[in-house]
Amino acid sequence: MSERIFTRFFLFLVALFLAGPLVVIAGVSVNEKRSLTFPPEGFSFHWYAQIFTDAGWRGALTTSVLIALGAATLSVLIALPIAYVLWRRVSMVGRLIQTLGISPFVLPPVITALGALSFWATVGSYGAWYSVVISHAIFFTSLPLVTLSLGFSTIDREVTEAARTMGADERIILSTIVLPMIAPYIVSGFAFAFVLSLNEYIVAYMTVGFTMETVPIKIFNALRYGYTPTMASVSILFVGVAVAVFGLVARFGDLPRLLGAWSEGDET
Amino acid sequence: MSAAATVGKRGRDQLPLVFPALMLFAFFVVPFGLMIAVSFFERVQGGFYVPVFTTANYARFLSLFFGEILLFSLALSALVSAICLTVGAPFTYLLTKLPRRRQVPWLVAMLAVLSLSEVIIGFAWSTLLSRTAGVSNLLAAIGLMDGPDAWSPSFGAVLAGMVYQALPYAVLVLYPSFSRLDPSLAEAARTLGASPARSFLTVILPAMRTTLIATFIIVFVFALGAYLLPQLLGRPQHWTLSVLITDQAIYQSNMPFAAAMAVFLVIASLLLVLLTTVLGHKGKPA
Repeated sequence: MSERIFTRFFLFLVALFLAGPLVVIAGVSVNEKRSLTFPPEGFSFHWYAQIFTDAGWRGALTTSVLIALGAATLSVLIALPIAYVLWRRVSMVGRLIQTLGISPFVLPPVITALGALSFWATVGSYGAWYSVVISHAIFFTSLPLVTLSLGFSTIDREVTEAARTMGADERIILSTIVLPMIAPYIVSGFAFAFVLSLNEYIVAYMTVGFTMETVPIKIFNALRYGYTPTMASVSILFVGVAVAVFGLVARFGDLPRLLGAWSEGDET
Repeated sequence: MSAAATVGKRGRDQLPLVFPALMLFAFFVVPFGLMIAVSFFERVQGGFYVPVFTTANYARFLSLFFGEILLFSLALSALVSAICLTVGAPFTYLLTKLPRRRQVPWLVAMLAVLSLSEVIIGFAWSTLLSRTAGVSNLLAAIGLMDGPDAWSPSFGAVLAGMVYQALPYAVLVLYPSFSRLDPSLAEAARTLGASPARSFLTVILPAMRTTLIATFIIVFVFALGAYLLPQLLGRPQHWTLSVLITDQAIYQSNMPFAAAMAVFLVIASLLLVLLTTVLGHKGKPA
């Protein structure tokens, strides 16, 4: 019995640690006045409205969302052929390109950021909108790459073999069997890349930091020039977006499996 | 089929790789190479750099200042990784023993925290530890403290923020191994009379030794990458290598020195990652 109490207490402490800072900024974000106090004095959703009514914050949010949509799309387009080729036949070239795709995410982010800064400055596109989209796409390619590799591994080879015997060519197999089966993994890979791109600071800062303002860049700049409660409300909005996106992935997919646990049926 | 035709077919199989290969080459390999090149270039005061070969940027590593930063970065990352493992291993073990349905909210929470911007984590922790909105208010209200106090910037604040960022990462790295752990292992220990805590410490942890060491290194490299938290939550003496690189590149406009430090950081990280691969192979039964 004491074992269960201990387990609960331990899980509760971890939950408290994870939720603590977020609860405080959630509280700060509903302050009535422009003050950094917790518990909040008065109650108002004013600072949430501010995200959309204030031109600066709305602009930053739009910029962030557009960059994230572009980067996530491009990262899926880069990852999909790699995972597809490796699923059909493991080759040295395939493995090498897969390693290249995963490397940026494993290395410290400041490396990718500095590489991007040197590169875009050299080619003369420093500060251009597409520089951050491309650099983010490269940075986050590993996420769809992981989900898609998993997706391809779920396709039963007997199904594609049967289609081939019945006379289907590779193109038909790809569009009628392979793509529908990996669609959920494309969506989850896209979702992971999208949320991470929204939140990414250093690569965005080193590519377009002086010409554009994404939400993380704007929060950071605001931090240096003094506090505004909109920083808190937009942070909570971002937490909400992350929870909603990963919640949806979990709702329509098998999150434990996606994160590396074996599927329900495999358990013995 | 002739040999030439086989080669041709094999080549065609690899055709879809052209686009990803071009993208990764142009926008990852080239920038990376460029960064290495810049690390050997000469800095121009007030400008960018000129392509004149010099090793002066690397010579600056030999200073006491750099040595202190490096030592501090390594020690801090090791401490963060050790804390994350101490909490993360029992947590992940307990998590994987829950029914799948109850694991899902935890996993969503871990992913959400992991994806949070370092800017947001830094802001949230500095608020939590501040004098006006922080937990010290709570402690003062219930009489444990005389009055609210500011706990940030401090070393403790840096540590808390970095553990906050790295803990979900540690849990998600440990999750596959723990969820595939043979449940009969713990059961056997229980049947032989070991308490749950004892069976975890004496049976589960030793069985996971290789995974734990690999995770320690992976989380260590992850913590080494934190570029904002030491700056937002600490004082200048708490700056790490990643912070210093950002500072040199952006605020001091010294790209060559920043690049040299980045190259150094890559080599250190790669050696560590290599070490996990070697350990991973050793761990597998021959």
